[in-house]
Amino acid sequence: MNKILLIIQREYITRVRKKSFIVMTMLVPALIAGMYAIIAYVATDKSETMHIVNVIDNSSEYKGKFQDEKYVKFNYPDGSLNQAKASLKDDEDLVLNIPANAKDTVTLYAKKKTTLSLTDNIQRQMNDIASGISLVKAGIDTARLHKIKSNIVIKSSEMTDSGEKSTSIGATYALSFAGAILIYMSIFIYGAQVMRGVIEEKTSRIIEVIVSSVKPFQLMMGKIIGVGLVGLTQFVLWIVLSAAIGYFVGHNTAASSQNPIYIFMHNLGSNAGYEIGCFIFYWISGFLFYSALFAAVGSAVDSETETQQFMFPITLPLLFTYLLSVSWLFQAPDSPLAVWLSMIPLSAPVAMMVRIPYNVPTWQLGVSMALMILGFLFTTYVASRIYRVGILMYGKKTSYKELVKWFFYKE
Amino acid sequence: MFSIPPKYVTLLHPSYLTQKILTINSLSMLSIRNIVKQYAGHTALNDVSLEVKSGQVFGLLGPNGAGKTSLIRIINQITAPDSGEVYFNGEKLNQSHIDRIGYLPEERGLYKKMEIGEQMIYLARLKGLSRDEAIKRLKLWFDKLGMETWWKMKIEELSKGMQQKAQFVATVLHEPDLIILDEPFSGFDPVNAEVIKEEILELNKKGATILFSTHRMESVEELCDAIALLHQSKKILDGPIRDIKNTYRNNIYIVEYSGEKIGFNGSQPFELIDEKEGYDNSHAIKLKLKEGNTSNDVLQYLLPKTRINMLQEVIPSMNEIFIEKVSLIP
Repeated sequence: MNKILLIIQREYITRVRKKSFIVMTMLVPALIAGMYAIIAYVATDKSETMHIVNVIDNSSEYKGKFQDEKYVKFNYPDGSLNQAKASLKDDEDLVLNIPANAKDTVTLYAKKKTTLSLTDNIQRQMNDIASGISLVKAGIDTARLHKIKSNIVIKSSEMTDSGEKSTSIGATYALSFAGAILIYMSIFIYGAQVMRGVIEEKTSRIIEVIVSSVKPFQLMMGKIIGVGLVGLTQFVLWIVLSAAIGYFVGHNTAASSQNPIYIFMHNLGSNAGYEIGCFIFYWISGFLFYSALFAAVGSAVDSETETQQFMFPITLPLLFTYLLSVSWLFQAPDSPLAVWLSMIPLSAPVAMMVRIPYNVPTWQLGVSMALMILGFLFTTYVASRIYRVGILMYGKKTSYKELVKWFFYKE
Repeated sequence: MFSIPPKYVTLLHPSYLTQKILTINSLSMLSIRNIVKQYAGHTALNDVSLEVKSGQVFGLLGPNGAGKTSLIRIINQITAPDSGEVYFNGEKLNQSHIDRIGYLPEERGLYKKMEIGEQMIYLARLKGLSRDEAIKRLKLWFDKLGMETWWKMKIEELSKGMQQKAQFVATVLHEPDLIILDEPFSGFDPVNAEVIKEEILELNKKGATILFSTHRMESVEELCDAIALLHQSKKILDGPIRDIKNTYRNNIYIVEYSGEKIGFNGSQPFELIDEKEGYDNSHAIKLKLKEGNTSNDVLQYLLPKTRINMLQEVIPSMNEIFIEKVSLIP
């Protein structure tokens, strides 16, 4: 049996058996289930509360003109403000006092703090009524005006080769965000695992036994691939478990069609193969690109606390791209900066994931992927040359100058 | 003086010696030719050559920083020499030889969080053993060394001595032709050190060639057939222990006698080096033979004068030879 397979097997099995792996794998779907629950709760219970607004209209201009809505009803009781206030029974009921002079302040009395949407609703209706009254006073026929008034709603539609299809801007943003965040996070999480694994082998001194059986390059690649497979396993389990929860919830609650996750999954559905395919490619190539560097860092130090000076230049470009992506790039996915960042292997995994939902030109995707492959071959080569020397160096602080020297050492 | 422990009397037993002569044949297990290894700033090995014969227990000696570990790493193909060649069993050293070498590094270590059994199997499989075969052999070893209950334990749950034992098993499980042990006895308590020593000799008896580096000269004298002494990146001495000791004999003897103290006037066939008086009129003298004389001449000279209790040649210990050779080169 090939020795590299043995190493991959060990790295994989020892990791997936760990409690932390099992906990993490269960935690994420549990969180998603929790999110469903919260959304379902918010969507069903809270907003169904009925508010009754008792309108005391001193100006006599608003009476009967408020329109009842799903969760708001308007009453016009006779009597004074104080009587109305005293007769409030339900916590959800309110009193709206409209003064005689329109310039005075309108006040809403309630037993509980009113919600913003409720006050907005009342304010909007009052403005409409007031402007209607003003128009009538000015001699304008409001019925004719309503006819002229246009009602524009923007529906976004994307032109593709297969015809137009309607898209939701929100879901596209979400997809773009999610891709960037997932890639960014997993490169760090699993890259750091590779690094920690190398440090563990170095500090426990088993490294010398292992490299007397296999080549350092085999050990490094075995570890990287093993950890990578752990990451992929975790993602697959997350997706499967989350989808199962989504399916279960989707068929069991009425609120599912308003559920953002449902909408997200639904939107992903139309192009899922392409998007997931790109995600997996950039996940794997980004992981290989960076974890080789992480492995080299691990080999150059004696403990995790010493990694700082080498970690900084590795994490910087990724962090920069990430911050830029979530703050700006997703709004300008075809800007020159976005295009450049999605070509350079250092930033491509994150930057390209931001652009993927917006249909990247095929040639750009091709160039980016090709550069990505060249990029990880290059970092793996550089890293392995540092690694093979670093793993056998104990007890002295390593400088950048030293790393360069190691690179040029002969076998 | 300490007496030889009974079990090592077997080492001096003729049948053992005969077997030794039979196992060590002229075939070279390891032939190291003109190895040079340089690291930035310093030379770790400077034109080192040595021969380890098949079936030998070979001691690689030298003070710290002499280049022992560098040489061992080259033999293990962890690093490659800048120039020079290594031949393993007559073939130029290559990847296929890795599985035939077992290596116990000076800095011991195993995966702390991995179960012993599983870890041993993993290490054996990296050396080309099948899983089933590894389990079978491991059971035998665990049985032999009283480690049966360790299978499911993690390394971090074992004492340091126990870890060492486990690592020794990992080193030899794949039954290598050449076993390289870097300071094998460090970290063992005296009892376990004896156990391991026994095992090393038994493996050697079964045909394995042993190359071990150590500072402990008494174990060298007990175990080694031949040695090489490295100092400041160069080999300064090598050969079978017996030959080396012969070369370093310097005609010094100790004589003990009872009776009146003898006054020496210079006409005797030796130079007096030291003289001591014991209880009951017993005396001990240390002497060096004058040119052309033998121990017989000493006896002939002394016999008429006193009653001789003992005459013994003082053969320099490996330790003395080591110190002498090393201190010659500052």
